[in-house]
Amino acid sequence: MTVEPEIVLEARNITKRFPGVVANENVSLKLYRGEVLALLGENGAGKTTLMNILYGLYHQDSGEVLIRGEPVRISSPSESIKRGIGMVHQHFMLVPVFTVAENIILGAETSKGPFLDLKVARQRIRELSRQYHLDVDPDAYVKDLSVGQQQRVEIIKALYRNADILILDEPTAVLTPQETEELFAIIRSLTARGASVIFISHKLKEALAIADRIVVLRRGRVVGETTPREATERSLAEMMVGRSVMLEVEKGEAHPGAPVLTLENVTVLDDRGQQVVNGVSLEVHAGEILGIAGVQGNGQTELVEAITGLRPVHSGRVRINGRDVTNASPRRISEIGCVHVPEDRQEDGLVLTYSVADNLVLNIYYAPPFAHGVVRDDRAILNHANRLIERYDVRTPSPLTLVSALSGGNKQKVIIARELSREGRLLIAAQPTRGIDVGSIEFIHQQIIAERDRGAAVLLVSAELDEIMALSDRIAVMYHGRIVATMPAARATREELGLLMAGAQPSNVVQEPATDGHAPVSVQRRGV
Amino acid sequence: MERAELPSPLQASRLAPVRSLLRAMIVPIMSVIVALAIGAVIISLSGANPLVAYSALFEGGLGSGRAIGRTLEKATPLIFGGLAVSLAFKCGLFNIGAQGQLLLGAIFAAFIGFSLQGLPAVVHIPLALLVGAIMGALWAAIAGTLKALTGAHEVITTIMLNFVAFNLTDWLSDGPWKDRSPGNIVARTPAVAPEARLPDIAGVPLGMILAVLAAIAVWWLIWRTTIGFELRTVGQNASAARYAGISVRRMTVLAMVASGFLAGLGGAVETLGVVGRFQPGFNVGLGFQAITIALLARTNPIAVIPASLLIGVMQAGASRMQFNSGVASEIIDVIQAIILFFVAADSIIRWILRLRAEEGERVTLSSGWGS
Ligand SMILES: Nc1ncnc2c1ncn2[C@@H]1O[C@H](COP(=O)(O)OP(=O)(O)OP(=O)(O)O)[C@@H](O)[C@H]1O
Ligand SMILES: [Mg+2]
Repeated sequence: MTVEPEIVLEARNITKRFPGVVANENVSLKLYRGEVLALLGENGAGKTTLMNILYGLYHQDSGEVLIRGEPVRISSPSESIKRGIGMVHQHFMLVPVFTVAENIILGAETSKGPFLDLKVARQRIRELSRQYHLDVDPDAYVKDLSVGQQQRVEIIKALYRNADILILDEPTAVLTPQETEELFAIIRSLTARGASVIFISHKLKEALAIADRIVVLRRGRVVGETTPREATERSLAEMMVGRSVMLEVEKGEAHPGAPVLTLENVTVLDDRGQQVVNGVSLEVHAGEILGIAGVQGNGQTELVEAITGLRPVHSGRVRINGRDVTNASPRRISEIGCVHVPEDRQEDGLVLTYSVADNLVLNIYYAPPFAHGVVRDDRAILNHANRLIERYDVRTPSPLTLVSALSGGNKQKVIIARELSREGRLLIAAQPTRGIDVGSIEFIHQQIIAERDRGAAVLLVSAELDEIMALSDRIAVMYHGRIVATMPAARATREELGLLMAGAQPSNVVQEPATDGHAPVSVQRRGV
Repeated sequence: MERAELPSPLQASRLAPVRSLLRAMIVPIMSVIVALAIGAVIISLSGANPLVAYSALFEGGLGSGRAIGRTLEKATPLIFGGLAVSLAFKCGLFNIGAQGQLLLGAIFAAFIGFSLQGLPAVVHIPLALLVGAIMGALWAAIAGTLKALTGAHEVITTIMLNFVAFNLTDWLSDGPWKDRSPGNIVARTPAVAPEARLPDIAGVPLGMILAVLAAIAVWWLIWRTTIGFELRTVGQNASAARYAGISVRRMTVLAMVASGFLAGLGGAVETLGVVGRFQPGFNVGLGFQAITIALLARTNPIAVIPASLLIGVMQAGASRMQFNSGVASEIIDVIQAIILFFVAADSIIRWILRLRAEEGERVTLSSGWGS
């Protein structure tokens, strides 16, 4: 007979309502000592809300939370921290201008009289860092760290406060495959020491790889529990969405036409003045999808910003539809027919304090039917919003809800809806499905293909090799600011792409032994 | 978390504008009540009876037709100033320079008022108002342009421009535009022509009517036009504004110009409606009270009207209070300062965060995504 393992954290019949939505309805959940529990669910299913309740950021309307069998009323994060719960949010909460050590001790300062005692703190950070192979320099400034490193700072922050229950809300969404592997190693060493982890992700593969148990939420309720042994990606997707999901994209033959986007020898500088795009030349034709594969931080972000007018083109030419738009204003480029799904949705793509309806016209507010002269037409804006919300299945209580109240994935859907509905001649999509659930990915992929079939030229930038391979007609690999290879998608293999992304010379690729398809070398990049 | 903006036609549910309006009003109303209570404590400590003092205060501000007239007179330039500061706030700009813009508006309106003679009122009044407003706009445009081109912070530049405006108007009114009439020894301009004085319309001062119309116009501009949308977008998230094709620089200049226009108009109305000439010292403090009013009104243009009336009542009744209860009228300044302290507490903190963010370091506690 086996001994029932200790339950460290339990939610019993939790219900939480927001205006117009029931985010959690009678949710019960157990977390055992030393396990990794994966929490899956569609965008807006209530995962983040439930975690925020366990962490004390929100308070449930009904139900109870038990920590190590003891009912508790957690009213603030500082209390949950005291009880050993740590959380790494979907949205990091670090102060960029502070050092790692300063960030970690923030709110848990050790002091000598009125002075901060950073020495002791540094020492402990080094110890933790060594113990879990976290590899973080306590004296580095957070703003200089990559996203993956920042995340480790968040984890150390929790460990520093002696957390043995760790909640990770979509930790892998912004990580490179290499960084994800490293995170998994950290998670395993944590659970090996008796800590328990709740892991949220939209990548089903990851849940299968790291979890001991998997719980699925749908529309605020627990709809199933399984284990990686019993489940497959397909069965998980079905459980999440409630119908069968096509994990592979179906797409017909491309019929490329004239070039729409032409880049000639484009170079771009980053914020620090370093050249991060080094002489890129490429063409995207009407009716084709060109995917740019590459480990994040190899100049893709800056390239897209330069094409769309958000960042100066240092040298070279950008042409859209034959017209020279090098260093043209974002408005002009947009009016020529370039629609853009930006990479950083909180920063660029949305105004969080605006309603969903206002965000759906964020860059077309000035044109009819949304405005007549300078006067806004609220009715037209509202009709537009209702149409897009329905068509793109944005889960929002109303078009007038503030975007800040939407779940992460639904925020992204607002941008997708706005941009795809503009029917541009050139669609530039940067990480279009980051943080999106499988069901919606299927839909967005179909929409991108529909754009292509309508005759739009599509430039797709994605860190997901699967996405690049599934959608692209041609694939360009970007490494250290250069396009190192371009090939028809039909001839590309994961192995070859992986090697090229890691900096292998195109000529050697064929001879190289295949690896697991991930980029074996992580490339240092600037923070997002 | 960012606090929601005040109600817009496209925000929250149908009932929500009412609800969020009520919620938005709690802090200002509480601030006023608490400030009056603290003022009462100070008054009793000074040995007077706060009830006597306050009833004299409100009697002096509201107790008679004349008292109400005085209140409207005091409130009118405050409405313009409050609108000026509020509008700039919507674009994420802190226009400390309303004072200087107002002075420029006031003195140029006086100049047009006294230097041209024999024009009919329908020409003279609009002309003087317009010139005053434009001078305020140009004065603010300096700060706006500096910000747009070099990133120089508007708080610093407008404070400096205030000093320049003080000295410039002192010099003009004691030099080239000095009232040379026999017997005058003080620095002031000649009186404006009678045709340039603002009349009462149906017993209401024209200046007050203009102020209310201005408030409605600013509300309409901010919530109903694409320009207002651009302004607010820049104020809420400048990088999203850039993405949306809005020129942040142009909006920065535009918002400062519009703000200075309103402040200048306020100065002109004060000259033509109340003082009748420009005289240094008469308008001092208006620009700063405007900041209190904008914060008290939570930058809502319509709410600027009651906020200005409240401050106007206090100012109009201050001398009656001093006379009746012996409490120094400066207590009004103390109460205003306390009001400002309470309404600004959260705004100021958010403001400091934003100031730093503009210096290149992002202090919004985030660098990830999603959620
Ligand atoms: N602060 C809030 N105010 C109002 N509604 C909210 C708030 N936070 C979440 N919601 C709503 O609650 C529901 C659940 O949101 P939650 O963020 O928990 O989803 P999620 O499962 O984390 O989704 P995602 O995968 O997209 O991150 C959504 O409908 C969302 O709109
Ligand atoms: Mg979430």
